[in-house]
Order: sequence, then structure tokens, then C-alpha cells
Amino acid sequence: MKILCCVKRVPAPGAKINVTADGSQVDAAHLGFTTSPHEECAVEGAVQLREQHGGEVTVLTVGPTEASEQLRYAASVGADHGVLIPDDGSAWDPQRTAAAIGDAIETLEAQNGSAFDLILFGNESADTGGFQVGIRVAYRLRRPIVNGIKGIEVSGDGTGAGTVTARREIDGGFEVYELPRPCVLGVKEGLNLPRYPTMKGRLNSKKLEIQSLDIDAAAGGQRRVRLHRPAEQVSETVILGEGPEAAVAVVDVLEELGVL
Amino acid sequence: MSEFPNKANVVVIGAGIVGNCLVGHLARLGWKDLVLVEKGPLPNPGGSTGHASNFIFPVDHNKEMALLGEQSANQYRDMNLSVDSGGIEVARTQERMDELQRRMTSAKAWGIEAHMLTSAQVKERVPFVNTEIIKGGFYCPTVSVVDSLETGTVMRKEAIEKADCKVFANTEVLDLITDDAPTPNGRRKIKAVVTDKGTIEADHVVVACGVWSNRIAAMADTYIPLVPAVHQMADVGPIDILAETNKEIGYPIVRDMDTFCYERQSAGSMEVGSYGHRPILHHPDEIPSNEEAALSPTEMPFTPDDFDQQMEEAIELMDMLGDAEIKYAINGLLSFTPDTMPCLGEIPDVDGLWSAAAVWVKEGPGMAQVVAEWMTYGYPRVIDVHGADIARFYHEEKSDEHIWARANEGFNKTYGIVHPAEQWESRRHLVETPYRSRQEALDAEFFQARVWERPQWYNSNADLCARYQLAPREVEWDNRWWSPITIGEHLNLRENCGVVDLSAFQIYEMSGPGALEYAERLAVNKLDVAVGRSIYTPWLNADGGFHSDLTMMRMADDRVRIVTGVFDGGRDEFWTRKHMPNDGSVTFTNLTKKITTLGLWGPNAPAVLGQLCGHDLSQNGSPYGSIIPVELDCGVDGLPNRTITAHLFRISYVGDTGWEIYTDWGNGPALWDALFEAGRDLGIRATGGGVYGTSGRLEKGYRLMGAELESEYNPLEAGLARPKVKAANFIGKEPYLAARQAGAEVACVTLTVEDQTDSAGRQRHMQGGNEPILDHNGARIVDSHGRVSRVTSAGYGPSVGKHLLMGYVPNELATPGTALQVMYMNEIFPVTVVGSGSAFDPGDTRLKS
Repeated sequence: MKILCCVKRVPAPGAKINVTADGSQVDAAHLGFTTSPHEECAVEGAVQLREQHGGEVTVLTVGPTEASEQLRYAASVGADHGVLIPDDGSAWDPQRTAAAIGDAIETLEAQNGSAFDLILFGNESADTGGFQVGIRVAYRLRRPIVNGIKGIEVSGDGTGAGTVTARREIDGGFEVYELPRPCVLGVKEGLNLPRYPTMKGRLNSKKLEIQSLDIDAAAGGQRRVRLHRPAEQVSETVILGEGPEAAVAVVDVLEELGVL
Repeated sequence: MSEFPNKANVVVIGAGIVGNCLVGHLARLGWKDLVLVEKGPLPNPGGSTGHASNFIFPVDHNKEMALLGEQSANQYRDMNLSVDSGGIEVARTQERMDELQRRMTSAKAWGIEAHMLTSAQVKERVPFVNTEIIKGGFYCPTVSVVDSLETGTVMRKEAIEKADCKVFANTEVLDLITDDAPTPNGRRKIKAVVTDKGTIEADHVVVACGVWSNRIAAMADTYIPLVPAVHQMADVGPIDILAETNKEIGYPIVRDMDTFCYERQSAGSMEVGSYGHRPILHHPDEIPSNEEAALSPTEMPFTPDDFDQQMEEAIELMDMLGDAEIKYAINGLLSFTPDTMPCLGEIPDVDGLWSAAAVWVKEGPGMAQVVAEWMTYGYPRVIDVHGADIARFYHEEKSDEHIWARANEGFNKTYGIVHPAEQWESRRHLVETPYRSRQEALDAEFFQARVWERPQWYNSNADLCARYQLAPREVEWDNRWWSPITIGEHLNLRENCGVVDLSAFQIYEMSGPGALEYAERLAVNKLDVAVGRSIYTPWLNADGGFHSDLTMMRMADDRVRIVTGVFDGGRDEFWTRKHMPNDGSVTFTNLTKKITTLGLWGPNAPAVLGQLCGHDLSQNGSPYGSIIPVELDCGVDGLPNRTITAHLFRISYVGDTGWEIYTDWGNGPALWDALFEAGRDLGIRATGGGVYGTSGRLEKGYRLMGAELESEYNPLEAGLARPKVKAANFIGKEPYLAARQAGAEVACVTLTVEDQTDSAGRQRHMQGGNEPILDHNGARIVDSHGRVSRVTSAGYGPSVGKHLLMGYVPNELATPGTALQVMYMNEIFPVTVVGSGSAFDPGDTRLKS
């Protein structure tokens, strides 16, 4: 089974993210970078499918040279191949990104002599959250896509003609979709619990040969005007006391909240 | 929360392990009105304490680090916040096995239980170690794992309870305010700490800000020379064999010394940490704020490429690590200084501003106690800390360029095998002396003394090895940073004469109507001598222990010159300025770079110098201890005519007659050339520090500050007490009188090594690296104050034909002829006490001839 995962290098979450003085981009001075969490699940899902059915997992990204770190990370948890579409340092809009990825997939499939049985995207990227690239790529490739997926099964060994069954969470249950292969899914965190790389996995990932595809596409209609940080949500912590003496204050608060 | 105060006695900045322990110790010592401010949240504000691996290997070759590490480990134990996990340092190479034998020696010195293990014995204790790649190990059962965050909390609470210490978390220091203009002693006074919550006026401010310390010090326009450096660490797991222990730490910590890595169990995982990756330094401004940091400010994003080699090596040692998942990995920040030692004590240029920085968790509580005692008593009582004293730094050592270069070079020495005489490669020749080109022409081997370069020997004197039939030492370690040429230079000086470059002497003058009175206050010995006379004298701290030993010269009625060693210049200048009257009655001048000094010694010294001046150079005309102004005619034998003025100081640190010749810096080259020309047929040789500082000195039993002389000892014990005590008052007089009344318990003695042959039949040469002096049963010798007998200096005495050692032993063992033993490289060698005087020419006939 041949699976392609498209991932994006994004600032590591959990910290205050500054923007540059001119508002044109994120200030990376204190930032670590990671893979969008939905896409970490996509890679894990792909590796699990390969472990079940055999085949190969290819990881592709559009980004700066440093984005090869994210490809290597994917390799350290089991991906087999890495493809980098170098950007020009600017943030590409979703149309441009999707067009480049679409072209790249056609190139890779021509190289392989067959289509990817399954292409996985994260539901949306962790930084810009455009919700567009996966759908645009699927449309361009004329392949079916479902977003918001938290469960994947494949018929047969996952190769060639057959189906992919995808589950999407809704209130009180699941929607279940059956897609003909080849197809595209946008997956969400919760699809699985991604593994950490092992030390051997990390060392193996150094051997990953990253294929660089110089593909560009015309800019689309969306452009970034400027970034600004929203006002911080100030939350106040009131220490009610220590030990048994605090009990009265706790009761007061609970009563105030209507819990008691 | 208390109202933010506008005044306090002490403000401590930083609530990591050091700041918390410091307020706790200050409270124990009776201090009140304390304020602790911290920019991060409590209990984990986000400094280095929060990500420390929290283990203590108590054995260190360095006395300060070993004893304060042990002191800290015991404080953690006393709080029940410590577990003795044991620890093993494993060796992959023979060189490391030798180093482990050296560690056994240091363990013996400090009284720490330790054992050498075979690889099989390592495996018995740590079954997952690959014994095929190791040669053995060094096991220390009292290696401990501590809870540094909880310890900080406990100490902080103690300060709150005992001293009503006010604690303000999430409070950032924005500025430190000092007096605008320095006082006559050249120091400013700290006035206040400005924070984002308000300004607090304070008499004492302590910077305990870990990796941020230099940035905070800069707010007072001063320095704490340290730089944040990355220590990479990865937590990998789960690993069944570890989880099955059901303990935070069930197996001894393993330090894989040759790869500069450690493996430390943390419940079901293993923490793999490294000091083997490339040095990665950060400016404090590059450290994110608490809000900007994904984890904490000092847990910076992991750079995996730097860690790959360490992972390979870790898997090599413990195969199971290969399949363990990397759950957490950081570029953790720690403080590194230009000389690897901490920065403790009052900052010289700001009165009342203290540094408690470049301190790691392993020595935090002990070093906090040191600073608290220092603030209380004027000097720490727990141990002498001259090596960690922030006043040790010279101007050239405070620049970012210097700090970064040295931290870069020093980082990989953290687990390295560092020879006691090892020299730095970076940042050399920081001060240009008058003789450098001449010394380079003689192929001098320069050793650096802080920022000064001193020839240790001259390779141009290699012919002396043939003349005196000298050979290199048998064992490479003993031969490292050493040359038989130094012995040749010694023997030539005793036979003919030698010239020693003493430019690194630190020379100060105190002048003015109050100069003599102030000089008396500093010195134990009487300064009120005739103009043109000098004294050699200890300076004591308030407790009567050594602060310094130096020469003071009465240059005029109202002018006293101080000459001290380069390793102590910073501390001595600070001490002098600190105690100086601020009424303008004394003016302090540093003449170090205005006056150069050459030592000329040996039986032919008078004949050489006689060619440059007509002065009577006999002991009548130039008596021992006198300082005589002369004119020297440097136009010897065809050299250009040039008359220079100089002072001849009849003194000797090497045991042969001669002078220290002081002249203006610019006259140096002419003086050098004239001496060598005059001595051409008198066997004159450029002579290095190996003779001056080691062989000549040791043959005479002269004590050295920082080696024999420390604050833990007094002049009586050092054998430097005069028969009478002067009438004038001086710092440390009362405890000195009390010590004289009580009598000395120990004596500083010279010992000879009777047989240098080790078990492999090789001749060994002790280095003076704290080798323990043992009784005839092989037991450590410890006095009633807990001070251990150890080798403080060592070197071969060519004119007595024996390897010489110095150290303190109890009086009953100080009798000449007493047979004792010394451990070196974990082997025992027999030694004999010479006594507290000289091994060579005990009657001083040569130097007073």
C-alpha cells in the first residue's frame, strides 16, 4: 500500500508567539518548530496501515530547507521516503501550495508508475488554519476527499482498486464514509496516539534521502496583510488558603458557582 | 500576599536552588527584613533548577567543589529530600581507567567511600551495561539524587517562618540603582532594586539569577562573568527493567565518562544527558520569557542533530535505550564561567552587591551557606573559597569575548580528564609584557596565570638537560605540562644565575597621611619600619585565617607599596579598597602595568648586577629585605648607553642570593638585555616559573597563597607567626591572639618522597593535587576542625635529590623524620617529614651571602 502524508512545519505550540515589528511574519527567535498535530496523527495512521498491510509511506512538505527536520521526524517514527518542495521563504497561500503539491504528486506517481492508494492531510494546519489545501489537492487530482476523519480502515491489502472506510465523529456517534481508492482524507487529532521516535528511529532517520522537487505555482487570491497578536486573555488565580483553613473559602466559591 | 515593600535589609533576586537556600541560611544566621523576588512563578520559576537532573557525584579533584558538593549533599539529606542511588563512572579507555584511579585518590582525600569495579562488577550493579566496551568503573555509593525544587521550597519557608522573609514571585527586576559617583576607594554603593511591582531600597542585594546573572549585574554597570550554555538531555522510555524497580531511582547512575554522557534512571525512563556535544552558548537576551517559552525559559528547543552522536554512544553502552521512545528532550541551559568555577561573594566595584551565581544544583545549598556566612562574618567559615571568589577576575576576564571563548573551550572539559597544570588554548597573551619578543626568541613555554603569561621554562635551555643529565619522566601523565629543562634551569641557577620574569606581580601603592595607619590595619606584621625596608606579612580575615600573604614596602613616610601574586591580585585589590578609609586620607594606585620586575638570583647574581651599577651590593650595602633606589647603566659591552632608575629589592623566593629589580615598564627590555649581556660569561639563563614557583620555592619550603595558605589556616599553623604581636590593631587580631594562646594543632611541613616506585615498577611524581597524606596504617589524617592532611604543593627538588611535598599535619606527626604515606593514583608511597623549615640550605646561608 502506497500512502502519502502531507505535513507542515509550524511553530511549536504552548508558548506566546511574537510577530515581527512590521507584522509580516512570526518572530522565530524563541520558537521551536514541530509538525502540525493533526499531521502527526496522519503519519502515525499511515505507518500503522503499512505495518498492517505492507507498502511504503512517503511524507511531503512545502517549506524552507529547515522543514527537512519535520520529514526526518516522520522518518524517525517510521516513514520511508521524504519529499521537500522548497518554498521561497514567503508564506505560500493555499491555492499556490495546493497547486504545487498537486503537481508534485503527479510527478511522484509518474516516477512510481502508480497512484498513491491513499493521501492523508491534516484537517487544517496548526498555524494558518486555512482548511483548504487538502480539498484543493483532491479536487485538482479529481479524487474523493472527506475531512475531519478519526478512523481509517482499508479493504484488502489496501493496494489498487478497493475502498477506504473513514469515520468522522459527530455528536453521539460516527459518520462512516466509504471511498473508492485512490482517495484523500483530512484527519484529525484523536485518530490515534502518535508514537514518540525511538533513539534508533531517530538515528535511522538521518539516513533518509530527501527528494527535493523544485515546483512552483502561481499565487492564488489569498494574501496576508499583516499579523497581530490578539489581546491576552488575563486569567486571575486567587489562592484560597492552605490546609483545612481553606475549606470555608472553598465552600463559599462552590456556593457562588451554584454547585452547592 | 504581603504589600510590596519599599525598603529592606536584603533583597535576594532569584528563587532557584541558590536564592531559596540563601534566604534560608541568612534566616538561620539571624538576618531579618529579607525580601526574595523572582520573575517566574513558584515553586518552579523556569530557571536551571527546574530542569536539573538533580544528582550529586561527590568526588571532585577540586577541594572547593568537592567539599561544597558534599556539604550540599548533606543538607539535602538533612531535609530528607535525597536518596543515595550510588553512581558508577565507567571507563572505555585505559587513560580513563588511570583517571578513575586518580578519582579514587581524591575520594580518599575527602573521605568519600569509593571502589574500583571490574566490568563484571559494573554489570552486577547495572545489568544493562554492555561490558564489552568498558574496562571497569569507579563506584561511589553516596552518589545521591535530590529534590532541588522541594528543597528550595523548604528553605524558603524556613526563611519566611524564621525571618519573616517576604517573597514575591512573578516580579521582574528592571534595574539596580547605585550611588552616582564612586567613593574615594573607587566603589559605588548599591541603593535599590527596581521591579515591575515597585522599587525597594536595600543595603544588600544578592544576584542569584543563574543564567541571567550577568544581565542583572549589568543593570548596576558591573559584571558576573558567566554565559548560559546548553546541556542536552533526553528522557527515553518506558523501559521495563527500570519500571519494575517501582522507584524513582533503583539503579546507580552511570556516567559514561569517555563520551561525556550520563544515564540516570527517572522512574520507568532513562535520562540521557551530555556534555559531549558542540558547545552551544546563548546570550541572556536570547532566552525566552516564561510566556514565550514552550516549556520553560531554560528548556530551549532541542536541536537533535547535536545529540545524534551521544545517542549512538548511549545505545552502544545500553542497547535497550535504542528502542526506548524519546519522550522529552531539551537544550537545557546551565551557567558556565571563563575558568569553570562559580562566582561567589561581594562584587568588587559595588559595595553591598553580591553574587551567588554559576552554581549548579549539586553545590547549591553549600554555596548558599558560603555566601550567607560571607555576608555575616566578612568571610565564609565553612570553607576557603578563593577559587570561587568573584573578586578573582581581572578586567580582561569580564568581556563577553573572553567569557564565550572560555566557555566554548571549557564546556567539553566538564567530564574531561583535566591535568592539574593544563593550560587554556584560547585567549592567550591578553596582557603584553615587555619581554615577550625576547622570550619567544628563546622559545619560552608560556603558562597563563589568569590573564598574564609567564614562561614556565625556555626550550632554548634544552642543552642544560645534557649538562645535568636530565631525562623526561617515565609516565606520560607526570611528564605532561612539564619538562626536564626546568630542572636544568634550577641547577644552573644554583650553580650560576638565572633571570625570572616577574612582570605579573601585582603592584599597588597606598599614599597619603593615612597610608601607614591603614597599612598597619591590614597587615599582621609591623609596617612602621624605616623607609627603604620591607616586610613579608600575612593579611588575615576577621576570623584570623589567611586572606593574603604578600610583601609590603615602606617607600616613603607616607607611601606603602604592596606586591602580591598574580593569582591573588583581584582579591587583594578588592580587599584593600574595601577596607580603605573613605575620608580621602589614603590614595590607592595600581602600578602593575607601570612597573616591571625581573628576578636575578644565583651565586653569580652580584657579579652580574655589579656590572650595571656601582652600588655596594654586599649584604652591608644591600641588606636582605632592603629596597634601594639605584641607577643602572644598561650600556654593557656595546649595548646602547642608557641609564635607567630602578629599585633593588634584596629578597629571594628561590633560596639563592639576588634581587627583585623593579623599574618602569618601558625600561624592561633595556634591563633584560643588559643583564644577559653582563651575565654572558657568568652562566646566566632565562629561568622559568617552574623554578620560581615550584622547585626553588619547595626546596625552601616557602608557602604559597591558595595552596598552603587558605582562610582555614592561621599564621601559627602555617609557621609564619612572629615571636611577638605588634601593638597596632589589625584585621583579625583578636582571633589571632586567641589562636596564639591556644597553640597550633597542626603544622605546615615539607615532606620527602622516599620511594617513587609504583606497583608497575615505574617512577611516579605527585602533582600537588590534594593527594591525601596518610598515617602509617594508611588512614586519613583529620584534625579536630575537620581539616584533612593533603598535599598542597609538590615538585622535584633537584638540589636535595628528592620529590618534595608540602601539607599540614598534626603537631605530633610534624617531627622531622616522622614516616608517613601519601596516596597518588590510588597507590601508596612512603614519605618522611622534613619539618616546617627548608629542605635545602635550612640556615639560609646562600640567600643571605
